[in-house]
Amino acid sequence: MKTVDLVELAARNLRESVLRNSLTTVGISVGVASLVAMLSLGIGLQHLASSRLAKSGLFDSIYVTSGRRVQGPNGRWERRKAPPPPLDEPARQKMASFSEVSEVYPDIRFPAEVKLDAAAKVQDPAAPKPNAAKSESGEPVESGERGSGRDFQLISGLPMSARQLETFDNMKGKFFSAPDAAEVILQSDEARSLSDKPEDLLGKDVVIRYASRHLLKDDAANSAASEFGAASELSVYAVTPVERKLRVVGLVESKADAGIRGAGSAGAYVPVVLAQQLEPMQATQVRLAGDRDPMSNSYQALIVRVDRSGQVEPVEDKIKQLGYNTFSLLDATRSLRRFFAILDLFLGIFGSLALAVASLGIINTLVMSILERRREIGIMKAIGASDGDVQKLFFAEAGAMGVFGGTLGVLLGWMIGRVINFGTRIYMQRQQQFTPDDVWLVPLWLGLGAIGFSLLVSLVAGLYPAARAARLDPVQALRYD
Amino acid sequence: MHIEAKKGADIQAQKLCRSYRMGQSEIRAVNDVSFSINSGEFVALLGTSGSGKSSLLNLIAGLDTPTGGSVAVAGRDLARMSREELARYRRSTVGMVFQAFNLVAAMTVLENVELPMRFAEVARDQRLSRARTALERVGLGHRVDHRPAELSGGEQQRASLARALVNSPQLLLADEPTGNLDSRTGSEIMDLIHRINSEGTTVLMVTHERPLAERYASRFIFLRDGKLVEDPSKVPA
Repeated sequence: MKTVDLVELAARNLRESVLRNSLTTVGISVGVASLVAMLSLGIGLQHLASSRLAKSGLFDSIYVTSGRRVQGPNGRWERRKAPPPPLDEPARQKMASFSEVSEVYPDIRFPAEVKLDAAAKVQDPAAPKPNAAKSESGEPVESGERGSGRDFQLISGLPMSARQLETFDNMKGKFFSAPDAAEVILQSDEARSLSDKPEDLLGKDVVIRYASRHLLKDDAANSAASEFGAASELSVYAVTPVERKLRVVGLVESKADAGIRGAGSAGAYVPVVLAQQLEPMQATQVRLAGDRDPMSNSYQALIVRVDRSGQVEPVEDKIKQLGYNTFSLLDATRSLRRFFAILDLFLGIFGSLALAVASLGIINTLVMSILERRREIGIMKAIGASDGDVQKLFFAEAGAMGVFGGTLGVLLGWMIGRVINFGTRIYMQRQQQFTPDDVWLVPLWLGLGAIGFSLLVSLVAGLYPAARAARLDPVQALRYD
Repeated sequence: MHIEAKKGADIQAQKLCRSYRMGQSEIRAVNDVSFSINSGEFVALLGTSGSGKSSLLNLIAGLDTPTGGSVAVAGRDLARMSREELARYRRSTVGMVFQAFNLVAAMTVLENVELPMRFAEVARDQRLSRARTALERVGLGHRVDHRPAELSGGEQQRASLARALVNSPQLLLADEPTGNLDSRTGSEIMDLIHRINSEGTTVLMVTHERPLAERYASRFIFLRDGKLVEDPSKVPA
């Protein structure tokens, strides 16, 4: 018998006992809904955790450094035999060229004093007189009286992609308008030290005062080298205090750069390109200043971002092959994935129990159907139906109940999820420290997979009734009344 | 659309047996029966109730398998056929008409007649046209969309006959086709069967009504307690 005829006959037979078949189908749908509900909870929680972690920037980033010590294959740090490779712009571009890498930017953090443009406060007694400081543009910056509050802060350079970080979710104001914009985002603590009403700072200018490190050229370098008795072939740098006016565009509550993509806490953030242009003196550069070759044109560290957390390991391997040291939180993601795999398995098993009970309903319905349609089966055999035709017909009926029940179950599971998401959102909104989020997630693959699984379970449940119907003796069946 | 008439099938039964076990005892429904029916013949199988007529008919229909001997239809030994081959034989070589009509109650008359063609995998358009032709041939062209319960006994038997003929069988097996009908309707059905036989189809009809058999059949086979007791070659004038 052709498949289309099989489907037609099966649909006709299902319509004949519409109440019983509907109840069986509802039974299946409850089973599937239970399975979908359980799995979608696991998937939702996993998605929630993954997205939170992704937004934290911890699990898709690699922290790259270069130094005299290198991590060997056994994980122990060993002294390099050869000089360390420079972590410079060509190295950054090389890493950025890897297909899995979305961006590579330097980790720039530097200490600076932050003060209001109109009333700057200087607390560092070692700092030069206000009049000695000049803005980068050469314009003198007006400095106010020394204040009593401490506003000496770490400033961190962030790329434009940092907008996706969770820290900026509830930011007041806006993110940087450009990678080199003269703008700053302040932490709320820092902002409060500048103003009683931090929101009033938005759109106003602040001045940062920091130590800038300039490469001296030719005559100035030679003269400086001879003055300090240094070898003339060395690069000579001058460290000078610089003030720079920046517009406050945003205020954030928590530490935006905690974790790898900022490494440590900072009181203010500037665009990373601007941070490079500022040429600040960084802590590592101070440490390396006594070296014969202080890697003067190198970055202190690079942060490599990959497209997906699963790509961290291969990219780390590639970077290590270039001779650099790397650090990531890959192991933590691995454990997380393992935990959710086990959670999903258990939730799936519990969800499947209801479907197993529903499959007994299918067996019962089909066996009853055989008893009722015994004579009909005899007639079909008498006019030419083979055992296979009869078997396939019962299979098709079981399969149809599975598909209908599965589809209905997925819809039901999805609706349950929507209701729970709605309730959870309300609850989270009332608990003000939580960001409202969906804990229930039914991805397309889960919906289709659940329907497929329902079909499979129904066909397995139909095995016995179908075989029993096919084995019916037509002579006996025709006598049945 | 015309239903193609095939050449009738001949039947050869040799020492045919069919026995059933009932507890400790063995019941021989068909006991060592041998006969032959030529292609195109109209043979009536006569006997009292329980004589083994229907059991013999089921063996020839391929619905049952013999416990001994052989039965060959159109040169093919049914005893040696697999279940799948028997199903194919039932849908292509044999058409069956039952005393109780045996139409599927949930289907319309047209769907009932169409059903054997679904098993024979006939294309849908051909199927519909052939089913309508078969129904018109038995005079039911105006009742195609009715369900069996909405038809009279005679009409149901006509529908059953149309279903039996729709795959152009070589052999028509009728088990008491008039048993549930009044004499006038019974005669109409018998006239139809006779007409089918005159077009070349072999007919084997089980009946216990001798006058009816004498009126239409060209030969009788008598059974008593599962055994062949008489086989007159011609109906007495």
